[in-house]
Amino acid sequence: MSSIPIFVDEPWRLPSRGRVAMLSLIIGESAIFTIFVVAYVYYIGRSTYGPTPQVLDTPWFNTVCLLSSSVSILFAERAIEQGRIRNFAIWWAVTISLGVIFLVGTAIEWKRLIYSDGLSIRSNLFGTTFYSLVGLHATHVVVGLIMLSLVMIFTIFGFVEQRHTERIRVLSLYWHFVDAVWVVVFTVVYLIGK
Amino acid sequence: MAEQTLPIPGALVAGRSRSAALLEWLHSWVVTVDHKKLGILYIVYALVFLLIAGVEAMAIRIQLAVPHNHFLSPELYNEFFTMHGTTMVFLVGMTFIFGFGNYFIPLMIGARDMAFPRLNAFSFWMTAFGGLLLYFSFIGGFGLYGMGSAPDISWWAYAPLTAKAFSPGHSTDYWALALIVTGFGTLGAAINILATAFSMRCRGMTLLRMPLFVWLMIVASGDTLIVITPLTAAQVMLLIDRYLGGHFFDTQAGGSATVWMHFFWIFGHPEVYVLILPAFGVASEVIQVFSRKAIFGYPAMVAASVGIAFVSLSVWAHHMFTIGMTSASNAFFALSTMMVGIPTGIKIFNWVATMWGGKIRFATPMLFCTAFLFQFLCAGLTGIMLAVAPWDWQLHNSYFVIAHFHYTLTGSFVFCFFAAIYYWYPKIIGRMLDEKLGKWHFWLFFIGFHTTFDTMHFVGILGMPRSIYTFEPDRGWNTLNMIVSVGGAIQAIAVLILVWNIINSYLHGPLAGNDPWDAWTLEWSIPSPPPPYNFATEPVVRSRRPLWDIKHPNDPDWKYER
Repeated sequence: MSSIPIFVDEPWRLPSRGRVAMLSLIIGESAIFTIFVVAYVYYIGRSTYGPTPQVLDTPWFNTVCLLSSSVSILFAERAIEQGRIRNFAIWWAVTISLGVIFLVGTAIEWKRLIYSDGLSIRSNLFGTTFYSLVGLHATHVVVGLIMLSLVMIFTIFGFVEQRHTERIRVLSLYWHFVDAVWVVVFTVVYLIGK
Repeated sequence: MAEQTLPIPGALVAGRSRSAALLEWLHSWVVTVDHKKLGILYIVYALVFLLIAGVEAMAIRIQLAVPHNHFLSPELYNEFFTMHGTTMVFLVGMTFIFGFGNYFIPLMIGARDMAFPRLNAFSFWMTAFGGLLLYFSFIGGFGLYGMGSAPDISWWAYAPLTAKAFSPGHSTDYWALALIVTGFGTLGAAINILATAFSMRCRGMTLLRMPLFVWLMIVASGDTLIVITPLTAAQVMLLIDRYLGGHFFDTQAGGSATVWMHFFWIFGHPEVYVLILPAFGVASEVIQVFSRKAIFGYPAMVAASVGIAFVSLSVWAHHMFTIGMTSASNAFFALSTMMVGIPTGIKIFNWVATMWGGKIRFATPMLFCTAFLFQFLCAGLTGIMLAVAPWDWQLHNSYFVIAHFHYTLTGSFVFCFFAAIYYWYPKIIGRMLDEKLGKWHFWLFFIGFHTTFDTMHFVGILGMPRSIYTFEPDRGWNTLNMIVSVGGAIQAIAVLILVWNIINSYLHGPLAGNDPWDAWTLEWSIPSPPPPYNFATEPVVRSRRPLWDIKHPNDPDWKYER
């Protein structure tokens, strides 16, 4: 290769591979969610028997918790960027707690639906589409929480430093995506579908 | 004294048994994260499944050679055409493109490895495991006919055939689960290729200086992201229906079988573009090198590729003209399908313009690519015929459709990837494939291909439906079906010649040297086979043909580009 002339004067910058990969993953995941959302919307009102979507209570508190976790993770990102690891750990823990509150809220909602309203995944078409769409999102919250908790454990044991900013940012991209998807799911299921 | 008895790393250790060495060698393939080794694994895996699915195709053709044949039972026939389709698309097609993509994208853009080597290994082993899971159903799947029942729902698995009531046991679940598993592998491979191509390029390798093969792998991988995932989603729905008592595709509870068709073809149609785009990439490399001319209209080629990927997302329902959609939908999908002809037409003209006035060398790779040009044109023309909704109403589900898509997938995809094998084998192995056997392979495959698939168009026009295990002798299809089967046998012989050529040349082929074809992309600047580190010094490029610049310092490309 020595005969290839080298032109060091040209500036050479490439996008971060983590960011490209995470954005690709998000595009792929969006397609999965699109299919489930389309199925949900198409099947609204097509159940041949009850219970109907009227049994749903709009989970405002849950939604506020999950969406504010997107803000807290932003603060965490800013903290690690400036090297304030302690602040980072606090905001990161806040994010995880908000995510856990969301999951617990979903569990309480599902328990009520299953035991008082008799709506399960097999009871009718509405149950099938509701649990699979909301459940798909909840699965993503669980996966996100597992990854966030790993980072939390590393932080507690002091392995996370300022140089890991880029990785933290790539991971928070995923969390932002999970939150953004909830906006769509919430709108479709609780605002339009009811 | 203890230190002296320790084996020195890298030294020959006396007394180590042959089987231990073999184990170590095998172990090195299992734990590897090297993009070149994984690329070879992908390609070998694809070749193995090409042979398996080829055997299934031959069994189908023997069954259909004469009317009232009893070579295969109706049940086994259903399993064979399901497995043939599923294998060829997911285990042969996808693994071929990711195999060559894995091996050559880092080499072509001057990188040390893929962006995520461990993700790369994970993706391959997921794909491999999915394939094994699918084929285990032949032994362990319990289906409608008892034990040893492979999926028999055809590769599109229409509801309600897949409902528990009509498909008891687990054979359908093997189909769904195996494809979900390979789907994760495919998604990982696509993400890896995108990250590599965007973030690992060597100095000077701007996006518009990348070889077209890399460009087309980017476009195909981008398409993969939004194409494979809907199938995964639909299969998850299917499993919810089958195991959790869901009602997605259960018409009695308000579900819809048509929704499955939409979801499947939202995946299914763009999928064939995912397969064919890398084949275009191979053709773009081979045709320019063997015509001794730089590719004609490089920016137009890139734009047309991206255009094909976009248009391909809005054409899926042309598979569903016969289910009774509104005339507005019919018109939309007919027109959008015909639109595909515009960017593909641009590409065909650019390839022809590249060959025009070139000093063409008809080595085996070029022969395959030349045949590809002609066959792809024919495939496109029958595609436009089938895009006309009334024509499709007449010929839907007939052998005409089978002939059309085998023209695209065999006549175009397989021909291009045979070209890729002949073109890049010297780089991967370090030895040339035998040209004489290559010519035999090409001509037999070419003749066999046309005998089979040209004739199939006529059988289809005469009304023979697909997926039937036998037919009555008085339909006028007897001779034509026999010709189709004979052509299949000729193709099988040609593929066996390829296999023999690959094995024989691995042992006895003449050494290739760095650059046997006098080519222009970076992979030919390093030894064959490439060293584990790829490039001793990171290359720097200034044009689309970096090796041309080195070989012709007085007349480099970068003086003229842009």
